Amino acid sequence: MSESEEDMYDSYKSTDEEQELDLDEDEDEIFVEEDDTELNFTDVVAERNRKKNYEVEFNVHSVEGIVKSQDDEIIHVSNILGIQKQHAATLLRHFRWNKERLIERYMDDSGSVLKTAGVITDDSRVPKFMKVYGFVCDICCDDDNDLNTLALSCGHRFCRNCYEHYLTQKIKEEGESRRIMCMASNCNVIVDEKTIELAVSPEIHSRYRTLLNRTYVDDNEYLRWCPAPSCEYAVECHVPNTSLTRIVPTVECFCCHRFCFGCGLPDHQPSICMLVRKWVKKCEDDSETANWISAHTKECGKCHSTIEKNGGCNHMTCRKCKYEFCWVCMGPWSEHGTSWYNCNRYDEKSSQDARDQQAKSRASLERYLHYYNRFANHEQSAKLDRELYNKTEKKMEEMQQTSDLSWIEVQFLKKAVDILVQCRMTLKWTYAFAFYLVRNNQTEIFEDNQRDLEMAVEQLSELLEKPIEAEKITELKQEVLNKTVYVGSRREVLLEDTAKGLSEGRWEFQGFEELHE
Amino acid sequence: MSMALFTKRLAKELSDLKINPPVGIEIEEAETFKSWKLNLDGVDGTLYAGERFALEFRFSPNYPMESPEVVFVGNIPIHPHIYSNGHICLNVLYNQWSPVLSVRSICLSIQSMLSSCTCKEPPPDNSHYIRTARSSPKLTQWSFHDDSV
Ligand SMILES: [Zn+2]
Ligand SMILES: [Zn+2]
Ligand SMILES: [Zn+2]
Ligand SMILES: [Zn+2]
Ligand SMILES: [Zn+2]
Ligand SMILES: [Zn+2]
Repeated sequence: MSESEEDMYDSYKSTDEEQELDLDEDEDEIFVEEDDTELNFTDVVAERNRKKNYEVEFNVHSVEGIVKSQDDEIIHVSNILGIQKQHAATLLRHFRWNKERLIERYMDDSGSVLKTAGVITDDSRVPKFMKVYGFVCDICCDDDNDLNTLALSCGHRFCRNCYEHYLTQKIKEEGESRRIMCMASNCNVIVDEKTIELAVSPEIHSRYRTLLNRTYVDDNEYLRWCPAPSCEYAVECHVPNTSLTRIVPTVECFCCHRFCFGCGLPDHQPSICMLVRKWVKKCEDDSETANWISAHTKECGKCHSTIEKNGGCNHMTCRKCKYEFCWVCMGPWSEHGTSWYNCNRYDEKSSQDARDQQAKSRASLERYLHYYNRFANHEQSAKLDRELYNKTEKKMEEMQQTSDLSWIEVQFLKKAVDILVQCRMTLKWTYAFAFYLVRNNQTEIFEDNQRDLEMAVEQLSELLEKPIEAEKITELKQEVLNKTVYVGSRREVLLEDTAKGLSEGRWEFQGFEELHE
Repeated sequence: MSMALFTKRLAKELSDLKINPPVGIEIEEAETFKSWKLNLDGVDGTLYAGERFALEFRFSPNYPMESPEVVFVGNIPIHPHIYSNGHICLNVLYNQWSPVLSVRSICLSIQSMLSSCTCKEPPPDNSHYIRTARSSPKLTQWSFHDDSV
């Protein structure tokens, strides 16, 4: 772990004693900083733990951590209930790792818990390979006397080969791990992990362990795999699904990927998951394109070719069939007589209805495009900012050779670009937020914050585009640092306000009736 | 998966069915170990008495670790758990399959499912199901609410 990772890890570390899952081992870390001598210990803890409204507490776990936490849970339950580890594991998986519920039910009626979970805790019947005289395997019909056989604690006995085939099929082909049952019909006894290790090849066994880890995280409401490609960390965050209308739980993996714990999509603060889903779908929807076409084009009344109006004149001539008509009322031009470029048929009922329809769809489309263009613009600009940074970095390398600038001195640029890109992502999602937001006097602050952040971002972006001169590097550095801090603080102000509003139920979103009953 | 187990099992099942066929069940076609066709007669004294149906079994090389694909073909029985495309809602064909089960035991289960039927009716969601189902019933996410019919 690098120093900065450790830092981040600490600052998000939960101290909640009630926390159900405490997967972290380094319990003895203490939040005291040496320079903070004027503060006493409790003050420091309070300061470090006072989280911002838009932040949530979370932990990042490696695969080893995930394995270890399963082992810890299993040992714990095995001790409490006085059963073997492999049985405790089967029970925990059956209860989707809800340890409290398992223990409560077990204390209440252990017989029925064991039966439904498919566990028989009979120490005299630990599964092992053996040769049984006169045995015939019901599956392959083999009856060799030196046939190796295996029976689970239910007593259903089959040959070793059939067991290996069966388990390999379940694990490799069906991806099953949690509930692989006895091969006998109507027997729900689970093949425990110890028996599986006994019966399959090392390759299949390691696949089995991987599947178990996967289901452990998938089954657990408070764990989620980092969605970054080939990243193997899992994030733990105690925000339940039911809170996702009031909070946008944003987490950051050790791999630096920032994502929403609620839905797994990349960081989409300040928009809530539900709104993001709706917006993404709207943008993908082809009907928006269709709307655009209907608002900007008309069909020739005669041959139905699509005609786009690109000038101011209402006298349209279809390029294809030469039909002449009026753009305003769509009627044939010949009926316009001498009124020429001033259509006086505008008030006729039929023309009016057609136009009302068109106007409505155009207004809603223009509103959508207003937000969409800004949304898309920040996405595009973030890419350009990254490109700009790459170019700048090259330039800095060149400069290092001709002047006495060191690598460390140009790092402020990287930091600035990172913040800039992050702010653009936030801004991007403020436009989806604003699209659905019902305007009232409460929303003015949001709009002001959005504008301030927008301005700060553009200023920083402009600053980074400035040509770099070696002799002015100190000046530039100071200016960039100041702007970077400022931009970051504008983002914080905006996110604080939107997050606070969400938790207070201050925002009203149109098209989300389910949020306001 | 070894071919040996797959072919050995099916060869054994085939000879058992030929030597000792269950009442009302008859092999129509079993030329390969890929698919078999069996005739199934409605049992006397039940709603299906006098009717003859055909079941098609398709085996993968993972049989019997994996269940066979079983559908009615041709004359499809009208039954609350049988869709008009031949798909059968019966748990032993899907999640309750066990490698101990066989072509014979499947035929007997289906026969008893027909015999216990008290009302000749298609499944309530038949028209929706046949529009949306994939060709193999094994690709359907079955939920078994009622095993008594
Ligand atoms: Zn066997
Ligand atoms: Zn068993
Ligand atoms: Zn990651
Ligand atoms: Zn989300
Ligand atoms: Zn035309
Ligand atoms: Zn006109």
